[in-house]
Amino acid sequence: MSTAAAYAVPDLAAHVVQAASSSPWAFFSYFLDNRARTLDWLWAHTWLSVVPVLVGLVLALPLGWLARRYSFVYPPMMSITGVLYTVPSIALFVLIPPLLGLDPLSPLQVPIALSLYSTALLVRVVADGLAAVPQETIQAATAIGFRPVNRFFKVELPIAVPVITAGLRVAIVANVSIVAVAGTIGMTNLGLLFDEGFKLSVDTPYYPPIVLGIVLCVLLALLLDAFVVALDRALTPWRRAVGR
Amino acid sequence: MIGDTFGWLTDAAHWRSTNFDTGIWDQLLAHIGFCAIALVVAVAIGLPLGLWIGHSGKATWLVTVVNAVRALPTVGVLVLLVVVIAPNFYGRTNAGYLIPTEIVLVLLAVPPILSNAYAGVQNVPPAVRDAAFGMGMTGRQVLARVELPNALPLIFSGFRSATLQVIATATIASYVTLGGLGRFIYDGLAQQDYPQMISGGLLVAALALTTDLLLALVQRYTVSRGLTGRLPRAGRVRTEGADSRSAVLTEELASEGAR
Repeated sequence: MSTAAAYAVPDLAAHVVQAASSSPWAFFSYFLDNRARTLDWLWAHTWLSVVPVLVGLVLALPLGWLARRYSFVYPPMMSITGVLYTVPSIALFVLIPPLLGLDPLSPLQVPIALSLYSTALLVRVVADGLAAVPQETIQAATAIGFRPVNRFFKVELPIAVPVITAGLRVAIVANVSIVAVAGTIGMTNLGLLFDEGFKLSVDTPYYPPIVLGIVLCVLLALLLDAFVVALDRALTPWRRAVGR
Repeated sequence: MIGDTFGWLTDAAHWRSTNFDTGIWDQLLAHIGFCAIALVVAVAIGLPLGLWIGHSGKATWLVTVVNAVRALPTVGVLVLLVVVIAPNFYGRTNAGYLIPTEIVLVLLAVPPILSNAYAGVQNVPPAVRDAAFGMGMTGRQVLARVELPNALPLIFSGFRSATLQVIATATIASYVTLGGLGRFIYDGLAQQDYPQMISGGLLVAALALTTDLLLALVQRYTVSRGLTGRLPRAGRVRTEGADSRSAVLTEELASEGAR
């Protein structure tokens, strides 16, 4: 992963000269001039948004199952995840390194913090999604001869998929926005475009990096959201077959 | 590092304001001030609109539009607004930074408040609503005396997540030169004074947790006991099925946007 410092801002003076310009051409030429760097940041932003959700899902599945299986686990687990989700993102970014003994500006703190958020959100989603599986369905599956483990993966989990994907959509769209916040404390991602735009706008407004950052963030959020929707459709063919 | 942070936090000099530095108390008050303004405005906009949309079933597209706003990166919009608005103010005023910050915070707080008010009214069982009309209540009375109290748990969950998001995001106001608790995080970062930075993080986290706890208490004593199940044992009625819970969960999830 390359850091922000590895890039010299190319031809800063040229940008400042055309600073007042907010014509489409200025945006286009800004992107052309900084293409490699912007795409690097976009890539960093993408994996920072996606990987923590995957980690969160992997952790949340067994935890959510536990909370569903043993009802005394549910209240404390929901309290813990609720408190975790209450801590503001920027506080979590700052607090994780000392708690885990990392370097204060370790690039790991962002994925760790976001994984914690995603897990906190998804544990509840998985538990409540499993709770929404009709009792008759579970009984029918048992009667056909499904053993508990098989029944969980082939019957209960698939039926909980719509609720879980609803949670995934929230987690992933929220992540795209939170990752940009990490840019303000110097982490490599699209948030650096806002940082650069803010710093270049000291005298006169210079929009290209800011607008480019917003557009890329929104596009990324919409794209990832659409991907989860497509995944949901692919995993639940029976919902279309019934024609609801 | 933990000991240094404790030392920074317990140093009385960091709590008082001096001629050169603003202390923790004043930054805390500034932080709460930014949040309070934004929340009052957001409730004034979001709550009546959401209730009206839910009650009348009109303009439901507005809920979709408002929810789409969540995909905007908060920092980016804040920086853009600052760059556009700040140059219009001169002299010793921070209005050029305060106005963009409040706009962003309101933009952030309206979606959960509005969509949860809407969903809360939508989730009122039709039988309950019909019974109220049957008793001769007018539309306005049904909204105020039946739909609003029934929607209160969801409205609260929307307001709580709006509050938490606003507290979290008011931190970024310090990134665009305003005060607030984020000051310690960004100053600590710039000065490589990590105990200060970590203390800032702790203070923000503590503010968020305390506020959420207070709101949970308010919710406990304002939501009708018929809805929360906190009734004397004899009068307890089972109302919630698993299906209605997952429907409510989806709405609640949507309100838990960015932190």
